[in-house]
Amino acid sequence: MASEMLRPRVALFVTCLVDAMRPRIGFAALAALEAAGCEVVVPEAQTCCGQPALNSGDRDTAIDLAKRAIAMLEPYEHVVIPSGSCAGTIRSHYPEILEDDPVWGPRAHAVAAKTYEIMAYLDEVRGWRPEGVTLPATAAYHDSCSGLRELGIKAQPRRLLRAVDGLQLRPLAGEETCCGFGGTFCVKYPAISNAIVEEKAAAIEATGADLLLAGDLGCLMNMAGKLSRRGSSVRSFHAIELIAGMGDGPAIGEKA
Amino acid sequence: MSDFGDRVDLALADPILKIAVERTAGTAEAKRALAVDAFPDFEDARDRAAAIKDHVIAHLGAYLEEFEANAIAAGAQVHWARTSDEACKIVIDICKAAGARTVARSKSMLGEEIGLPHALAEAGIERVETDLAEHIIQLADERPSHIIWPAMHKTREQVSLLFKARHRSPHQEETIAAMAESARRELRTQMLGADVGISGANFLIADTGAVCTVTNEGNAELSLVPPRVHIVTAGIEKIVPSMPHAVHLLRMLARSATGAALTQYTTFYTGPRRPGDRDGPEQMHIVLVDNGRTTMREEGLAEMLRCIRCGACMNHCVVFRQIGGHAYGGTYPGPMGAVLTPVLDGLPKSRELPNACTLNGKCQEVCPVRIPLPTLLRGWREKSWREGLEPKTMRAGLGVWAWFARRPALYRLASGSALRAMRVLGRGWIRRLPLAGGWTDHRDMPAPEARSFMAQYKSGRRR
Repeated sequence: MASEMLRPRVALFVTCLVDAMRPRIGFAALAALEAAGCEVVVPEAQTCCGQPALNSGDRDTAIDLAKRAIAMLEPYEHVVIPSGSCAGTIRSHYPEILEDDPVWGPRAHAVAAKTYEIMAYLDEVRGWRPEGVTLPATAAYHDSCSGLRELGIKAQPRRLLRAVDGLQLRPLAGEETCCGFGGTFCVKYPAISNAIVEEKAAAIEATGADLLLAGDLGCLMNMAGKLSRRGSSVRSFHAIELIAGMGDGPAIGEKA
Repeated sequence: MSDFGDRVDLALADPILKIAVERTAGTAEAKRALAVDAFPDFEDARDRAAAIKDHVIAHLGAYLEEFEANAIAAGAQVHWARTSDEACKIVIDICKAAGARTVARSKSMLGEEIGLPHALAEAGIERVETDLAEHIIQLADERPSHIIWPAMHKTREQVSLLFKARHRSPHQEETIAAMAESARRELRTQMLGADVGISGANFLIADTGAVCTVTNEGNAELSLVPPRVHIVTAGIEKIVPSMPHAVHLLRMLARSATGAALTQYTTFYTGPRRPGDRDGPEQMHIVLVDNGRTTMREEGLAEMLRCIRCGACMNHCVVFRQIGGHAYGGTYPGPMGAVLTPVLDGLPKSRELPNACTLNGKCQEVCPVRIPLPTLLRGWREKSWREGLEPKTMRAGLGVWAWFARRPALYRLASGSALRAMRVLGRGWIRRLPLAGGWTDHRDMPAPEARSFMAQYKSGRRR
């Protein structure tokens, strides 16, 4: 593939949640992209893709933030994001909410077309695999909903994780079932969210795996937070942390 | 706490409800998956189903007129109702004109939507629900909690107790067969003695004027053929051009609903008894009900009119699986109900339903007619936001966040202080976080690293 030979200039959009809550995921994405031969730029003006506004019904704010993000991301060859739901917002929803705008509509489509979730990008666009990464452990992988259903992310993370020596993926019952996070849903309807994540945590524990992996920090914080509250010993990571060889560091919620 | 919140709390506190919902929805989910796997090109079949519905919705007027002409030619009388009140009045007037004291009713969600059980009671007409689950609901004086299994919220153990308390000669053995037999003994004479039979319609066939119903118990046939008068109440979106379209949608309906290839009984009623027929009603009335459907088509909800009422969206919904159908508070529960209830009951009363959804997209994935349910739910959220119906705290919170999100430098300062504040509360897992009780009541919150990604990146960290 021609693009494998080139060194694309990639904008890393770390997402507001990773920026604040778990910078390691951003650095793991940075390391993996560089290993995959990309020139990585971190645009300084990045804040949030606007998903909370979009899903709360505040379309004007969502449009405003979408325009800001589009203008910021346009100069780069590719945009890569360590989150299926934020990548989904840019790929699927920016073109939707700007469809009727003669200027911003085409710009939204153009940015959407070059925006990728990190693992899909490494696997499909770069054809890259981790090399020399070892982690003797068993893991359960949860398919986060937006990545799965908006972007078709299913096989890509598994292909990358299979290249990690010693790592064994265990089947997780209901791996495609929502964990109950849902962004602001978990704050607006905490009791329903809790009932859902309680079942998810039980399913994760039933795998007997050492690790829980997923591709979205929001879902991971929800599931890891519930596992911790249940006193579970399962440790949670964003899959890109393992893929980038950072699976030996502190898991989500562990003291650094 | 809102009404919806109260109903949710009630539902979550009911361990029997959870068992009941899980038994039925869990079985349906597994069986549907098998049926879909065994179906050649189910994805193509979904495209075709959606295309059939989109076509008739775009040409609704023409097909309804064709249906009316053919139904009249077959000897039926066709009535048009703009609202639920008009529809009920038409039905009650027909019942009164027929001197009806008892009506046998075959389960119809449209009937529930227009409030027909209540209207019949007000008119002093005895109503016999002939669908087994509707019979259970009638005995318990409750409302349906699912569109194809109205008594889904009840376990068989609860139904057994109900039958023993209410049936004249209840079952002795604790088996499902014995319980069904008990209901049969109770219902059969009542069905055969009814003056009027009332049903809904799964499909209206434009080129023949036929009305199609599907059941698994044969109760529709038994409650619609013997009485003197058969009344159909149907939403105008139930129309299809001709039989092959109905058959295609039937294949999708049964598989999506229960995983079965077909329902046990699929019947096409074309007009009343004709000369020489051995049975059948003397009169057949078809009430075509709008009740907001034309408005839906005009106001961005046309895709919702594709719905064939299979229930797959709710069977696969993580929220429905936890709270059951009654918590939604409307006629239709689950994702499709969260789209329809604001149409029927008004957004101010039902704005929580489109919000009480994780937007995980599973409902859309299983919908046999590809209704973009998450998009439609998001549409209601936007309307609710525009009309100022969302809570002030939410609006204010989002407003502050959006103000900072537009100003990257200030955003970094603010998030930096927030992170420092969180760090004060602990390292590792935080078990209680001020202002975030919704989170920490149920789960721990990971303490953030000392500095944000952007701050660390700017100081030169690269891995």
